[in-house]
Amino acid sequence: MILIINSGFFVVLLLQKLYFFRLYMEKFRIKFIVFLVLLVTFLGYSTTLYFTQTEQLAYPNTLAQKGKMLWQQKNCVSCHQLYGLGGHLGPDLTNVYSIRSEAYITSFLQSGTQVMPNYHLSLEEIQAFIEFFKYTNTTGVADPTSFTKHFNGTISQQ
Amino acid sequence: MFLFSALLFGLAGALEYIIPGFWKDFFSFEKIRPLHVSSAVFWILITAIGCVLYFLKEHNNQNLKQQKLIRWAFYIFVLSFVGILISYSFGIFGGREYWEFNPVFSIPITVGWILFIVVFMSNFKTLKQQPVYLWMWFTGVLFFLFTYLESNLWLIPEIRNHLVKDMTIQWKSYGSMVGSWNMLIYGSSIYLMDKIAGNKTYSFSNIAFWLYFLGLFNLMFNWGHHIYTLPTQPYVKNIAYVVSMTELFIFGRIIYFWKSSVSDAKKHFHIGSYRFLIAADVWVFLTLGLAILMSIPALNIYMHGTHVIVAHTMGATIGINTMLLLAFTYDIFGNQTTRLKTEKFGFWLINGSLLVFWISLTMAGFAKSYEQFNNPEVAYGEIIRQLRPWFYVFFVSGCGLVVGFFMVVFPLMRRWLNGLKTLEKSSNSE
Repeated sequence: MILIINSGFFVVLLLQKLYFFRLYMEKFRIKFIVFLVLLVTFLGYSTTLYFTQTEQLAYPNTLAQKGKMLWQQKNCVSCHQLYGLGGHLGPDLTNVYSIRSEAYITSFLQSGTQVMPNYHLSLEEIQAFIEFFKYTNTTGVADPTSFTKHFNGTISQQ
Repeated sequence: MFLFSALLFGLAGALEYIIPGFWKDFFSFEKIRPLHVSSAVFWILITAIGCVLYFLKEHNNQNLKQQKLIRWAFYIFVLSFVGILISYSFGIFGGREYWEFNPVFSIPITVGWILFIVVFMSNFKTLKQQPVYLWMWFTGVLFFLFTYLESNLWLIPEIRNHLVKDMTIQWKSYGSMVGSWNMLIYGSSIYLMDKIAGNKTYSFSNIAFWLYFLGLFNLMFNWGHHIYTLPTQPYVKNIAYVVSMTELFIFGRIIYFWKSSVSDAKKHFHIGSYRFLIAADVWVFLTLGLAILMSIPALNIYMHGTHVIVAHTMGATIGINTMLLLAFTYDIFGNQTTRLKTEKFGFWLINGSLLVFWISLTMAGFAKSYEQFNNPEVAYGEIIRQLRPWFYVFFVSGCGLVVGFFMVVFPLMRRWLNGLKTLEKSSNSE
C-alpha cells in the first residue's frame, strides 16, 4: 500500500521534472494531474478502509452495544481513554476488565469518585458497561509498555 | 465570543486538575471539556471562513456574489454552534473523541458548509493561472466537507459495531479535517504575506506549489500517527510513519530560511498582522518539531496518552491557528493603531504565557510517561497527584493567556465597532 501511494506520487513528480514532458504539458496541467493522482489514491485508500474488516470481532451482544452507546451518551471519553485516545483526567479503560474485577468496576460506577460524579446508573446500565469493557478487553492491549521497539522506529506487539 | 468561551472553559477545566472535583457536583469535566474544545473549533472555523471570504473579495477586487447565501450560512453556523454549546449544559453529547456533539447538529452544519462551498465556487471560475492560496482554499473547502461527513460514518451500524474499525475511521476523519481547516488558514496566511510584501511572486512559485502538494499529501495520509497503539491494519501505521517523515522537508526549510525570516520580521514587526504571522512561524517550528517526534512510533508510545499530546494540540490551535487568525483580523480591522501599549503588551503576554503553558504540559506528559514505564504499579490517581506542580504552572500561564487575549482582542473589537459606526454614518449621509 505504501509502495502504491508513494510510487504514484513520485512518478508524477519525476515526470514533471523531465524536460520532454514539460513540452507537452503546460504548468497547470501538471498541477492538475498531481492533484488528481493524490485525490484518486486518497479515495481508493479511504474506500479500502471502509470495506476492510479489522481482525477484531464485532460486539458479541446487544448489551455490549448498549454499553458503547452509554459510553458515548455519558461522554466518558472526555476523562477516560480507549487505546490512549481520550481525556487525561481518568485512566485508560481498554483493559480495565482484565486488570480489575467486575466488582471493582461496579463499585466505581455505582458511587463515582472524588472527581467522577455518581451517574445514578441502573443495574442494567452497569451490566452494559461491564459487557462493553469485557469486549474492549478482547480487542487488544493498550498498555504502551507492551510494545517492542525496533531500530527503524517501528513498534510491534505480541 | 467563541474564543473567550474556549479560554474560560479551558481555565475551568484546568481547575479540575489542581482542585480535583471542584466543579463535580454541578458542572463536571465531561461538560467542561466539550464546551472548551467545541468553542475553540467554532472560533477557528467561523473566523477562517470569514477571512477566506474577505480575502477572496480582495483577490477578485470586487464584491462577493451570493451575499444572501453568505448571510444564511452565517446564521446557520452561529445557531448550530450556540445550540451545541447549550446542549452540553443539558448533558446531551455525541461522546466522540474529540470534537463531539449530538449528531442531529451535523445536519445544519453540513447545510451551512454546502452553502459556503456554493458561495466560494461562485466567486472563482478556474484554478488555471491562480496563486497557490486559491488552490489551498479550494482544497480546504472540499476536504472539510468530505472529512466531516466521514466523521459521521459511525452512525452506520456496520462501522459502529466494530470498535477498532470505528476508531480508525474516526481518527482518519478528524486527522484530515484539521488538515482541511489548516488549508484555509495557511492559504490565507500566504495571501496576507504576499499582500504585505506587495507582490505575488511566492504564491505563483514552484516551491509554494511543492509545499502545497506536500501538505495535501500529509492531510490525506499521515493521520495514522494518532493511532499507532490501536490494533488496526499495520499498513495504516506504516503509511502514516513514512508520510509523516516527509514533513522533515518543511522543518528543514524553516531552519534554512530562518535568518532571512528574522531580518524580514525586523523590517515589518511594527505591523500588527505581521507580528502575529511571525509568532505563528515560531509556533509552527515548535509544534512541527514535536509532531515529527510523535510520528516516530518508537517515540510515540512514550508520548501517546500523555499531556504531550495536549501540548501539541495547544501549540497548533493557539500558537499557529489563533495567531494566524488574529493576524488576519488585524489586517481586516486595520493595523493603524497597533502601536498601542496594551496591544503590544498583550502580544508578548500571550506568547510568553503560551510558551510556559506548552512547556508545563510537555513536562507533565514526560513525567506521566516516566511513571507509566518505570512504576506501572502506581495508581493513576497518584500519578496525576504527582503531576500537580506542573498543573499549577499550566493554570497560572493559562490565566496569563486569557488576560493577554483580552488585551489584544478588545481593542480589535472596538476598532471593528467604530468601523461599523463609520459605515452606518456614511450610508446615512448618502
